[in-house]
Amino acid sequence: MNKIAFTTAGQELSAALDPRFGRAARFLIYDLQQKSIQVIENQQGRNAAQGAGIQAAETVVKAGIDTLVTGHCGPKAFKVLAAAGVQVFNCNAATVDEALHELLAGRLTAAENFDVEGHW
Amino acid sequence: MAAARKQNSYRIAVASGKGGTGKTTVALNLAAMFGEPVQLADCDVEEPNDNLFLRCEQLTPHEVTMLVPEVDPQRCNGCGACGELCQFRGIVSLGSRALVFPELCHGCGGCALVCPTGALTEHPHRIGTISVGQSGTIRLIEGRLEVGVSLVPPVIRAVRDQLLDDVPAILDAPPGTSCPVVATLRESDYLVLVTDPTPFGLHDLKLAVALAKELGLPCGVVVNRAGEDLVGLHSYCQAENLPILLSLPDDRQIAEVTSRGDLVALALPEYGLMFSELATKLKHELAKTGGTP
Repeated sequence: MNKIAFTTAGQELSAALDPRFGRAARFLIYDLQQKSIQVIENQQGRNAAQGAGIQAAETVVKAGIDTLVTGHCGPKAFKVLAAAGVQVFNCNAATVDEALHELLAGRLTAAENFDVEGHW
Repeated sequence: MAAARKQNSYRIAVASGKGGTGKTTVALNLAAMFGEPVQLADCDVEEPNDNLFLRCEQLTPHEVTMLVPEVDPQRCNGCGACGELCQFRGIVSLGSRALVFPELCHGCGGCALVCPTGALTEHPHRIGTISVGQSGTIRLIEGRLEVGVSLVPPVIRAVRDQLLDDVPAILDAPPGTSCPVVATLRESDYLVLVTDPTPFGLHDLKLAVALAKELGLPCGVVVNRAGEDLVGLHSYCQAENLPILLSLPDDRQIAEVTSRGDLVALALPEYGLMFSELATKLKHELAKTGGTP
């Protein structure tokens, strides 16, 4: 685990965790080694008529992440993330901060499959 | 517009803009009272319902397919060229073997062209079904989109491809004014716009008239559930020089007959007459606009 993406509508660790992946406003990327954060917009995913999950997966994979923490992940996004070797953790924490703590404390298990259908 | 077709192969499309105005009612009853053999193309492929009324004894179905890429894992080196080209996320490759999402593919074949290793080959993927049947003087062609598929125009084009070249045709369009409607209207000779005298009906009629102008298609209006004109529908039609071909009253009997799956024109003689007159008027309009009769 090195670079972790969280779905959020905010800009910092205290922001709420967005339960959606494909249509999340942005991704907060936490670098475990550097202890630094980077925020990337999910403009293309949000605006996609179709294939938002695929688009969002491309965006985070290109940002170099190896771990994703989000509320739910649909089938197409999961397929792309799995092919790129990204581990997905479903989490219902209220904030990014809480989600990060749960992840680091080992309280989350990597998803073996998508947990919702498309357009849930 | 229909220059390449034979003399008696003119095509009348029935569309509306707004949904639920009575396109199917008009298309079916017009077909029933056409006075000669006619083809009816159900182009509302997301929810075709003409055959609920015609109940053709036998519908001969065949598949509509679109070419979708398949990846040869031995040859794909994950270069990503296919995914960069595809604007629909139908194929994605992120340093790993390309992944195909057939439901998002538009069948353009571009990915196979740009693939430098020849890893992509195109294979037919089912996107719908076309069925052809006969009910009295009406030859029905029904298109049905496969569940989960969102690409409508290719299925509509497949419906149109089944139209015979020597029999007039009525095309029952889907609602709206987007790609599926344009796909239905192409190569038509005349457009019947069905509306209701509500603000929404008039608003969407204006959009449909704009579309007809863009396509260079002559059109006329059928007013359904006509009553007191509270929205200025008639003055709009007059200003736009749109003939009102038929006004169907807001009559409970029409709803009752239709909800039983029967045709108003056959069940209620006074409406039969109205639809015969509509057929005659349309043939006059076609003569006027050079469409044919």
